[in-house]
Amino acid sequence: MIEKDVLIIGGGPSGLCAASMLIESGLKVMIVDRGLSLGGQLVKQTHKFFGSKEQYAKTRGFDIAKILIDQVKDHGNLEVLQEATVLGLYKDKVATISYQNEYLKIKAKTIIVATGASEKFLAFENNDLPGIYGAGAVQTLMNQFGVKPADEIIMIGSGNIGLIVSYQLLQAGIKVKAVIEASSKIGGYKVHASKLRRLGVPIYTNKTIKKAIGTTRVEAAEIVSLDEKFNEIEGTSEIIKIDGICISVGLAPSYQLLDMVDAKLGYIPELGGTVALVDEKHMTTVDGIFSCGDSIGIEEASSAMMEGYLTGLYVSKYLNQDHSKYVELVRKYEESLALLRGGPFGSKTRKGLKDMKEMMADVR
Amino acid sequence: MRIKTHPILSFEQKEEIVFTFEGKEVIGQKGDTIASALVNLGVDVFSYSIKLKRPRGFYCAIGNCASCKMIVNGKPNVKTCITKLEPHMDVKIQHDKGVYK
Ligand SMILES: Cc1cc2nc3c(=O)[nH]c(=O)nc-3n(C[C@H](O)[C@H](O)[C@H](O)COP(=O)(O)OP(=O)(O)OC[C@H]3O[C@@H](n4cnc5c(N)ncnc54)[C@H](O)[C@@H]3O)c2cc1C
Ligand code: FES
Repeated sequence: MIEKDVLIIGGGPSGLCAASMLIESGLKVMIVDRGLSLGGQLVKQTHKFFGSKEQYAKTRGFDIAKILIDQVKDHGNLEVLQEATVLGLYKDKVATISYQNEYLKIKAKTIIVATGASEKFLAFENNDLPGIYGAGAVQTLMNQFGVKPADEIIMIGSGNIGLIVSYQLLQAGIKVKAVIEASSKIGGYKVHASKLRRLGVPIYTNKTIKKAIGTTRVEAAEIVSLDEKFNEIEGTSEIIKIDGICISVGLAPSYQLLDMVDAKLGYIPELGGTVALVDEKHMTTVDGIFSCGDSIGIEEASSAMMEGYLTGLYVSKYLNQDHSKYVELVRKYEESLALLRGGPFGSKTRKGLKDMKEMMADVR
Repeated sequence: MRIKTHPILSFEQKEEIVFTFEGKEVIGQKGDTIASALVNLGVDVFSYSIKLKRPRGFYCAIGNCASCKMIVNGKPNVKTCITKLEPHMDVKIQHDKGVYK
């Protein structure tokens, strides 16, 4: 059995940032990630980020991933296991890992679950046909591996991910026939929507996909209009010929490993659905097991980074090996997080975190 | 199909990797996952659902959903979207729950 001070499950922005604080504190850390490279979702993000300098604004996602990986790479206190999937987590802080056709066991004094999120799915007829992908999958294929998923596609969902990935599809030479949105308003930022419209991509509101058409793969989609109560309006059916459908209807936190150790969960729609409850130091209801990033609430990569730094710092204190600049850095990152969550776009997250706090008070 | 020109990214031609898909020799690239190599070859169906035998492609590409599972070198239920392509891999469509030998 391998023994470590801290095991971090997930090497996305939050896991990497947590690791950087922990190794600086002199702790022995292991990151386990099932992907082909570290960086989590960032490695496929070609767009430039918003935010301030601290969160690498104006830098492209995949370049931020490089910066974060370089921060921790080749450090004597950090061991990284890649293409390794954590299958089981136990209350005595043991994790079982599938790695190169073998099962490994790791025991750690503390565990940080930074497993990110999975994409939500949508119910419609034939939604299981090949050629129907999550928006993130399409992004992974084209931006990380340079392979086209389809020639002509429709995007379901007009949130920021739907809009940004539509633009990236165009950049890869794929025709986006339409963006379909069930609500009466476009979900994402106006700048992203305008960019698409300028390039001739129609964005239809009050519409949804009713059915995918095809036998061994998707060949067309049936689209219908919706009234204000989201009921189908008869006689509005329209067939769009495509060879790919992209679904972008939100992300759901990956809390499953935390469920295995009986961490208390709560349903908080503003944070993406079911999440493990954490206290103000990001510890779950299981002593010594922490979580950060999308796995405890869907936000953006910038917040995931700030949360990761903070969780790394909190864990250094929990293990009585405080980071040498603990007080200063905690203040700095807490301020950045508050700033990121300020303003009208942060109101959902703020409400979710308030609910989290109340639920946590109830279970303690 | 590979992306040839891109305004931001550059995808240089990489070393070829020969592997077999359904018994036939095919070609992928260094750096591919099994799934990305197959999509490039125009493969749509990775597996069939267990009960109704409906075709399954891949959905998430990050190891979350298991719809990309295939039989690789005789081992079933390999998530091909997070498995690196290696020379001479034997990749087969999976039709059932899988049998471990
Ligand atoms: C399609 C898509 C588009 C996005 N677009 C934007 C955007 O435009 N701007 C923005 O700011 N944010 C965007 N985001 C969100 C942003 O990527 C996330 O907020 C951020 O990556 C979250 O970081 P994280 O470290 O919490 O998780 P992730 O980046 O998801 O990293 C989680 C890591 O955990 C690993 N993992 C999970 N389970 C296991 C396991 N059992 N064993 C081993 N490893 C495991 C995964 O391989 C992954 O590397 C997008 C997300 C998606 C999915
Ligand atoms: S496509 Fe979802 S696990 Fe591979």
